[in-house]
Amino acid sequence: MRDFRVVRQAGWALLPVATLLLAMAALPADAQEAAKEPAYRAFPLLGSRLAVWAIAQLHLNFAAFILGVPIFAVIIEIIGWRTAQERYDWLSHQFVKLTFAAFSTTALLGSFLLFLFVAYYPRFWMYMTSIFFPTYGIYALLFFAETFTVYLWYYGWDWLSGPRKWIHVGLGVLSNLFGTAILLVANSWVTFMMSPAGIDESGALKGSVWAAINNYTWMPINIHRLIANIVFGGTIAAAYAAFRFLGATSDEERARYDWMGYVGNFVALSAFIVLPFAGYYLGREVYAFNQTMGITMMGGFMSWLWIIQAILIGILFLGSNYYLWLGMERIPGSERYRKYVPPMLIILTLGFLIWATPRTLVVTMDEVRAMGGTHHPVIGVFGVMSAKNTVVNLMILTTFLSYVLYRRANRVSTRSWAGTGMAVQWAAMGIAAAIVTYYGVKGYFVESIVRIGYSVYQVEAVLGAIVVVMAIDIPMFRGARSTGAIRWGTIAPRSQYVLILLAVTFTWLMGLMGFARSGIRQHWHVYGVMRDNSVDAVTPALGYAANVITIVTIVFFALVTFIFWLGGLGERGQAAGHAHAAAPVLAGGSNPRR
Amino acid sequence: MNFLRSRFVQAVLILIAAFVVLRFGIRPPAPWSVVQLYMTIVLLAVLIYVSADSDSWREFVHPIRSTLVEPDKRHVRLALLVVVPLLLGYYAYTQAAARPQAPPELRAVHPAPPAAIQFRGKELTIQGLDNPLRKDQANLKKNIAAGGEIYIRNCVYCHGDNLDGKGHFAYGFNPPPANFQDPGTIAMLQEAYLFWRIAKGGPGLPKESTPWNSAMPPWEDRLDEQQIWQVIVYLYDATGQAPRRWETEH
Repeated sequence: MRDFRVVRQAGWALLPVATLLLAMAALPADAQEAAKEPAYRAFPLLGSRLAVWAIAQLHLNFAAFILGVPIFAVIIEIIGWRTAQERYDWLSHQFVKLTFAAFSTTALLGSFLLFLFVAYYPRFWMYMTSIFFPTYGIYALLFFAETFTVYLWYYGWDWLSGPRKWIHVGLGVLSNLFGTAILLVANSWVTFMMSPAGIDESGALKGSVWAAINNYTWMPINIHRLIANIVFGGTIAAAYAAFRFLGATSDEERARYDWMGYVGNFVALSAFIVLPFAGYYLGREVYAFNQTMGITMMGGFMSWLWIIQAILIGILFLGSNYYLWLGMERIPGSERYRKYVPPMLIILTLGFLIWATPRTLVVTMDEVRAMGGTHHPVIGVFGVMSAKNTVVNLMILTTFLSYVLYRRANRVSTRSWAGTGMAVQWAAMGIAAAIVTYYGVKGYFVESIVRIGYSVYQVEAVLGAIVVVMAIDIPMFRGARSTGAIRWGTIAPRSQYVLILLAVTFTWLMGLMGFARSGIRQHWHVYGVMRDNSVDAVTPALGYAANVITIVTIVFFALVTFIFWLGGLGERGQAAGHAHAAAPVLAGGSNPRR
Repeated sequence: MNFLRSRFVQAVLILIAAFVVLRFGIRPPAPWSVVQLYMTIVLLAVLIYVSADSDSWREFVHPIRSTLVEPDKRHVRLALLVVVPLLLGYYAYTQAAARPQAPPELRAVHPAPPAAIQFRGKELTIQGLDNPLRKDQANLKKNIAAGGEIYIRNCVYCHGDNLDGKGHFAYGFNPPPANFQDPGTIAMLQEAYLFWRIAKGGPGLPKESTPWNSAMPPWEDRLDEQQIWQVIVYLYDATGQAPRRWETEH
């Protein structure tokens, strides 16, 4: 009976994949037909742009989730496999289950997006096909491979256990490789629209398609999206765990989902720490490709988006740290580290204040007169990248410190060299902070291009400190004396709302920044090559864009909730018969809830 | 001093202290929009501070809860019921009431330049364009001096003799003329950008950069290509700033 259900589920889930492949197979014919057709058609009621925008954002949200989660799910599975701890295997399975539930929705939205392009932007799609046709087949094949591998990975969980576990882990790794390859192919299309390359004056491909793929922004976006997908996947999985935690009916269940939320947030936080560096690299490449585009993004009409972005990133930093601090309450022995919370909060708050300071101030004429111009001699100092790079690096260091304290909260090192080790750790962080501040201040006194180069030193200092601290921390706390087991499930419920807030904030941020990336093309489908001549060839105002992005974000969470609810229905139905439903009990799970 | 140990009182005092510092401690006064933004962040931080552990949170919530539910706090409750709506109403009034001055505008930092411009019938590609006078190092001082003369004749009235945007006419303009001493203006831009701005002036600003306005005339009618480059080298020399260079690596 169960086999039949598996086959039936697989059949339904494969339907969108088959639809996508059929659509792709029909593309050359569609493209030829498109030449005889109008350049644009109007989507009923919404208009074509809004329809494409909404579906593209939704598709991207789901795609980010299903590509991001398997990356850390397989790592967790490997940890469980190598340490023979059942709870990691359970957790990994939970994460893959979430991916699996969202898989067919992603493919359906992708197919829908493709139909929208073919039907409403036929001439644009014909042009893209003329450049990227060789990649379509690769994309389809990769999608097939990804689908079957993920299905085998998910359904083969019990079948490929025990001595065959290595095959199962291999499937997880393989599905990640296919997933990443899909991301790279799709990114080549979208980045070509931003920074076209490998084409002649008329816009026709000259030579190999590789030149079009390997355009200016392709690799920066690959890196940025890959990291962002992990953050996104982590936050959504943590929000799911929070949702389950808040609805849990037993201490064991609360303990499990508390742990799952912690791991999700940990994954998100770990990747989030390096995300600003990847974003900076992308921004730099955009400037290098085209100054107009770079200035439109950072100094032109998109510049106000960065203030919203700064506020949201500040919330992510504060929220992530707050969650860790709340989590320390369930760790016996953590009391000794509570004194560090106020100074860390002060650093994060000061960093947030500077990070969010606008470059151009919103001022009235009276204020302009009082300041003697639009430039404020004190606040203006915080509006430039030197200040912002400095504080973001210090915020990253502080967040890392929060994590280090959390990690050792219930452990006391028994090594004879622990005192020296800790002194070196503090020194490493202090030196990194000093380097970051030094280059931040020096950045005001050197020319622009030199200052941009300083950001590399700042990043290296922070990453170096992280490596040094962890290299000491791991051996220092190996075999450490425990001050008590973590009381999973006893965390304050408000922490779970923080996890949900982080997921919503990050999703919204993705939408806003996606708009910035796409919007800087302005009135071009393909920048400088194919002009947008549709009725929508106007870059929307920021307020309108924010409204659209917000509505799509709400729709995304409604869909995610529905899909996860559906997944939960299946779980309830088969709880008794499934090996992984019997989840491991975590230490402290029976403790009374606070 | 037990009073000061109360988390609630601490939170209120932090907020008051932060407001006083931001409103009165920064000179010249910080724009109200910035104070609002900063205070929102401080409020968020204070909420995190009081709720970062359960004891602290209970302590913080206790006076609020007792004010709302305990019978002996009835008079305080009634007073709050009157005062809070009045304060909110006053705030709403101050936000909605018409003022004798124009509302603040969201302005772009730098309007985005076009890839190429038409200059006296010739197409100049802005992207990747370098100042040709920099190649002629032998005559650079001469060109700077010539640029200084051009500046004094044409630009000083608005941009000022200190190049700080405080010329004689500056106070008549909104927005005021650019302050070249500010490290956020010419130091962040390539010389080709300045060429575009000087040549095309306010009328040449791109539509997508609105809301933006500038009273600067298009100098291409009065200055030739060499003169514009000369005034650009003068601006960087006089302010001690270095122009942004083009990035070449991919």
